[in-house]
Amino acid sequence: MSGNEAIARGAFECGARFAAGYPGTPSTEIMETFANYPGVYAEWSPNEKVAMEVGIGAALAGAKAMVVMKHVGVNVAADPLFTASYTGTNGALVVITADDPSLHSSQNEQDNRHYARFMKIPMLEPADSQEAKAFIKLAFDLSEHFDTPVFLRTTTRVSHSKSVVALDEPRITEDRTAIRFNAEKFVMVPMNARKRRIAVEDRMRDLRAFAETFPENRMELNSPDVGIITAGISYHYAKDVFPEFSYLKLGMVYPLPAEMIRTFAARVRKIYVIEELDPFLEEQIRALGIEVTGKAIFPYTGEFDPGIVEQAITGSRKAARSLPEIPIPPRPPNLCPGCPHRGLFYVLGKLKIFVTGDIGCYTLSFMKPLEGMHSCICMGASIGMAHGMSKALGEKGRGKIVGVIGDSTFLHSGITPLLNMAYNRSDAVIVICDNRTTAMTGMQEHPATGFTLQGERTLGVDLVALVKTLGIESVRIVDPYDLQAVRIAIKEELARPGPSVVVSRHACALFKREKVASRKSFRIDPKKCIGCRLCLGLGCPPIAWTAVENESDSRTKETEGNGSRDGVAVIDQNRCVGCGLCEQVCKSGAIAEEEG
Amino acid sequence: MTETKGILLAGVGGQGILRASDILCSVFMAAGLDVKKSEVHGMAQRGGCVTSHVRYGEKVNSPLAKKNDIDILVSFEQMDTLRYLDYVKESGTVIMNTEKIFPPAVNLGEALYPSNVLETVRRHFVKVVSIDAATLALRAGNIRTVNTVFLGAISSCLNLPLELWEKVLQESFPSKLISANMEAFCSGRGAK
Ligand SMILES: Cc1ncc(C[n+]2csc(CCOP(=O)(O)OP(=O)(O)O)c2C)c(N)n1
Repeated sequence: MSGNEAIARGAFECGARFAAGYPGTPSTEIMETFANYPGVYAEWSPNEKVAMEVGIGAALAGAKAMVVMKHVGVNVAADPLFTASYTGTNGALVVITADDPSLHSSQNEQDNRHYARFMKIPMLEPADSQEAKAFIKLAFDLSEHFDTPVFLRTTTRVSHSKSVVALDEPRITEDRTAIRFNAEKFVMVPMNARKRRIAVEDRMRDLRAFAETFPENRMELNSPDVGIITAGISYHYAKDVFPEFSYLKLGMVYPLPAEMIRTFAARVRKIYVIEELDPFLEEQIRALGIEVTGKAIFPYTGEFDPGIVEQAITGSRKAARSLPEIPIPPRPPNLCPGCPHRGLFYVLGKLKIFVTGDIGCYTLSFMKPLEGMHSCICMGASIGMAHGMSKALGEKGRGKIVGVIGDSTFLHSGITPLLNMAYNRSDAVIVICDNRTTAMTGMQEHPATGFTLQGERTLGVDLVALVKTLGIESVRIVDPYDLQAVRIAIKEELARPGPSVVVSRHACALFKREKVASRKSFRIDPKKCIGCRLCLGLGCPPIAWTAVENESDSRTKETEGNGSRDGVAVIDQNRCVGCGLCEQVCKSGAIAEEEG
Repeated sequence: MTETKGILLAGVGGQGILRASDILCSVFMAAGLDVKKSEVHGMAQRGGCVTSHVRYGEKVNSPLAKKNDIDILVSFEQMDTLRYLDYVKESGTVIMNTEKIFPPAVNLGEALYPSNVLETVRRHFVKVVSIDAATLALRAGNIRTVNTVFLGAISSCLNLPLELWEKVLQESFPSKLISANMEAFCSGRGAK
């Protein structure tokens, strides 16, 4: 099973029955798997901060709670967690942070091991699925025993790799939940927090001592010449290429076992620290007065693989074989055929405006040919940034600033900045791209979909009513399959003083629940196509340009209109889903629905 | 200890690559081997590059192979074969699809789809199998069995009993899809 499935299984086996999270690659499958086990409560919260508070509350009530998010989610959830480190947990609280070295699907490459040190919370890091299952249990034990939240850190490679896992019988769980009062421990006003502050340092001392005997911090003594200190997936990369070396494999990456490291250092002549991203272990080991080699030879950026580890240590690159040097066009991810975001961003890209963007599938529209988005920082940033730009620009920005945000992202962190726009009277226009789901991470439910993570029907918030309640007076809905309607709506709202919101609503083309009857595909009449390439401006995957070799052949002679074309556009019938945008864009009437 | 071997499956999101590599892993597990696989699901659902490393042997450490260390490259898209050739051992096998899926730059007429891909690959590798998987899948009765065609092609490069493959395939599909997948598998296995 995958590392993520193993984490969910381990949590279930050891009796955890409570989880909250917000989707985010590479963490999402942990919640999706856990939610399917019998007798558990699992929820998608609107964002990670809420999920964290839900977890803290559940632990306060005595539950074994798991909170799950991707690395940047911890930024959102950091505020409650910093102080939950002081209060400790009545039950148990394990926070999963799924980091993404190489930014396979993230906006940054932050190394969340720093949070463990910063928050004074212990952190475990598994190297594969079997360890992932074992470590989540150890994390819950640690949390209960030391009365502290515990981090379990994975990386994309651990979360998304599959390896063989031996299953265990689920533990019989006893219900330890109850209402228990303890204001000194849970009301963090200065006089109480000062005392807890001391308790945290005592706990850190105990944890450091525990780390020395923690069985998952283990030495494998082989060659006395070279010792490797490592954790997580890097351990397997190194073992692959250097099975003969000695190893200190750390299952707990914070706090570190100082004595064990000293003992290991005394047994080997040269030490390498192998870790992706920051020199987190390396710097702490150096602070012990131990000389090691780490980032002097290993990259700071990107994930490793066995080849990178081998090359860094041996210093030699195997003579590269001569392989064909043919230019291979890149294959970036693209909006799907029929994606409702395409129509919206086609219109936005044509207006001479600045579009502050956000994170979701729609972020892909910054690329050619749509080029309909001009900034993207973090979830929710679009609205605050649009407001800030519009205020800073004053007259110069009037009618020129649009912020765009997805439905899931809006509910995650767009509500407060929109309230701010109403409160501080902005002139920007906000478009909510409401495709009825959290598409990018694989169709998760959110508070406007009407369903919960566990598949129950629930209240779906009415976005228009919500936006009006926040104080935005001008709100309208458009269908992004209708280019003209989108164009008119955006232009009118830009012309209007004060803040306004356009809800661009059409279900994701891959979203089965809201799928309307399938449409007919479109085709281009090669006789009518004048080769103007307008339809290619949509960047729709089934539409391709084909050069016309010989303009004098009989087919092209019949061309109505421009005879100087050098090619025609063709639609791949098998992949066209019939959204009809190309028909609206074509000026020569060459595109029509397939007959029959 | 037998050495760890590696298979790299590559192609475009939506082609069924991850499913194929799951089945491949089940086959190795059924054969009593240790196996690890690692894949990157791209940012969006579809359209981008997808790769899946499968490594198997008596005891596997890294789920990722290093360059120059893959025994079999299976490319579900023609030109994408070229993208991963540096992973393949000199003595390795390349199994490739004839299908072309145009990336955006080619669609826009800004880049050319590389020509003579097969000839180029043949110039560097001795063992090359080129398959028109879509045609074979259609002949088997279901276009979605393209990935099973490739499993068949992989099977003919590995020394595992045919019954093992058949058993795993039968367990991997709902009953109404088994016969089409079996046929697809056989046609892939026979492809030269
Ligand atoms: C703090 C944080 N949590 C999670 C993510 C991962 N993530 C990015 S966008 C997104 C949601 C996208 O959904 P939506 O806004 O509805 O847009 P769609 O993909 O449906 O177009 C998620 C879960 C992230 N980048 N940052």
